[in-house]
Amino acid sequence: METTSVIGTKNKKGQVYTDPRVMMNEAPRTPSFFTGSEVIKEAVRRASVDVMIAYPITPQSEAAALIGELFAEGYIGDYFRGESEFAVMSECAGAAFGGARVFTTTAGPGTMRAMENFPMWAGARLPIQCIVTCRGINSPLSIQPDTIEISYLMQTGMLVWHAETAQDFYDWIMKGYMVSEEPDVHLPLALCCDGFFVTHTKDVVNLTPADMCLPPYDPYRSPVPCMDMECPPVRMMRDPFVMKSNYISYATHASWQQEVWAAIERSRKHTIAWMDGLIETENADADVLIVSSGTAVSQGREAIRLLADEGIRVGLVKIKTLRPWPGEEIREATKNAKYIIVPEFNVVGWMAREIKASIPNSDRVIAGPHVCGGMTMPPEIIVEQIKHALGIRSAALAGRGS
Amino acid sequence: MSKERIKIAPEFFDIMPPEYQDLVTRATYGNESRGWKDIGTSKELIEEHSLCAGCPESMAFRYILASLPNPEDTVMVGSTGCTSLVFPHVAVHNIHSLFGNQNAVASGLKRALTVRFPGRIKDVVVLAGDGATVDIGLDMTLQAWFRQEKFTTICFDNELYANTGGQESGLMQKGFVAKMAPVGKTFEKVRLPEIARESGCHYVVNCTVSKPSLVEKVIKNAVYVAREIGPTYLQLYTPCILEIGKNSMEGLQEMRDSEKPTERFAYKEYISEPAKQLLAEIAAKEKERKAAAKQLTSQEA
Repeated sequence: METTSVIGTKNKKGQVYTDPRVMMNEAPRTPSFFTGSEVIKEAVRRASVDVMIAYPITPQSEAAALIGELFAEGYIGDYFRGESEFAVMSECAGAAFGGARVFTTTAGPGTMRAMENFPMWAGARLPIQCIVTCRGINSPLSIQPDTIEISYLMQTGMLVWHAETAQDFYDWIMKGYMVSEEPDVHLPLALCCDGFFVTHTKDVVNLTPADMCLPPYDPYRSPVPCMDMECPPVRMMRDPFVMKSNYISYATHASWQQEVWAAIERSRKHTIAWMDGLIETENADADVLIVSSGTAVSQGREAIRLLADEGIRVGLVKIKTLRPWPGEEIREATKNAKYIIVPEFNVVGWMAREIKASIPNSDRVIAGPHVCGGMTMPPEIIVEQIKHALGIRSAALAGRGS
Repeated sequence: MSKERIKIAPEFFDIMPPEYQDLVTRATYGNESRGWKDIGTSKELIEEHSLCAGCPESMAFRYILASLPNPEDTVMVGSTGCTSLVFPHVAVHNIHSLFGNQNAVASGLKRALTVRFPGRIKDVVVLAGDGATVDIGLDMTLQAWFRQEKFTTICFDNELYANTGGQESGLMQKGFVAKMAPVGKTFEKVRLPEIARESGCHYVVNCTVSKPSLVEKVIKNAVYVAREIGPTYLQLYTPCILEIGKNSMEGLQEMRDSEKPTERFAYKEYISEPAKQLLAEIAAKEKERKAAAKQLTSQEA
């Protein structure tokens, strides 16, 4: 029987469109020593991206420029530098409305400048992927890592994932498209990482073969019409809802928003299948658990190692997706914990708030330690926080005044 | 989109909405010589509108949609304002996303369509008000022109924010008293047509929509030039009769008064050299086509 499948055929660069499950789960992997920015480039090389739009802002500029090199090599359909993050995200929207697989990157103040676009992306059901290399956003100026922007992104209706390592990044860029382009999801993805810690450090990342790539995006699987005049234009409504101050108007807006959030929930099953769960746990039966996302998890691992040397057993919960929020998984994983330590790279402690809202006996949650504005989080301060919770005396760290 | 795509299966024809049947049987998709004269004789690409009675914007919409040379492969981009109340009634794909980002959306859209449909014509036309084009969206308006994005920008200039109730805008005349300009606007009407020329637009026209034949001509030229050469800009006076204190039947006269040679909407055009050449070629081909058609008719007779 004749098939219209592109699987097994080649793109103009000679890459073979490969079944994503084969490519991600079965194909041989090559260990490579790369910066996070280079890893983004390598993932995009294999992601059959149609349009990438770039704008300089530290710490995502390098990745955005490297993808320009991919365009020059012919791996991407079109690429250009926009004029501001607000404009770039609108340009991304235009390209996605036109049926393209779209990729972009931003950070910190850029995320905030672009913010009006993100709920629009979600409401228009545009499966754009936006890498967010988090940095400080408030005055005085900081270009250093800080995850506060994620707390804004979490209310936009986008999928929000938080990578810990460059390996996460590599795999999740491609898996992200597979999840967000599902017809019952079809939402944008903010794929976040902690700027510099992930983008500017080198790590060993296991890459899939460079001659395999994802199948192209099929815009006709979208739950809303693609704006390319390839299907009959319908008259969308008798009168625009904004004209109507009546129940129909309010109900339409309300149900549309509910549908966006329902689509986030529906992404759960696809995400679990691709990422082997929304959380990862180690020693979840311990009395003390460190629960967080991003590189705070990495620092937590170090703290666990230090405490193990002293005979104190601490477990770990790594949260991979923030939208959908793995509330049930966290509830189950923390059910026996006496103390839940939530280290964060931001001043407000949004992660601790989310966790407190999800579990019984939320006074078990210890919101901290917090660092912000680009400060590093030495594992020792996590150790100290845990010892303090357990009533174990420890030498005060310089400057903390505790 | 070819007309084949919108054909209705005969078995289902009678249960399709009459508007849709009309669109398939009587619209001018695919008719190369479509124009404003089709209005009233065939199905229009705008069904109704929710603008004020007598609003010149509604006339402009009808003329423009009748004049688009290639509506079956045209995608329009709008913005927030009175125009966004009309687009849901329009039978070409159109995008509304945010206020002022229309030229950014159109840039991404045009590039995506070029990547996805190599060798095929897909026209993109932006249609937005003066607040969207000149105030909140000016950056993106100009940057799209600097980048030589190949689409047409149409500004419905009603010299104020109409949809929010008549506030001052950059295209308002100096001295006009309006909301947010309580002692009269203190600076001159922004000279966007001149700025458009300097920003790289290849075809720029400033006029009113009092004459449908003129609207047809400038729309076609603007779309052809944008398709082949680079950005084009039309600034069309569509007075807000409500906010300047006119009655429903007075919009046309207001436009005629404002297009007199000394007035601010006197016809003004700028055409770049490559655009002149293109338009001359198109005119020559059109002449040839008409001559051939005439010959054919006389032979048949």
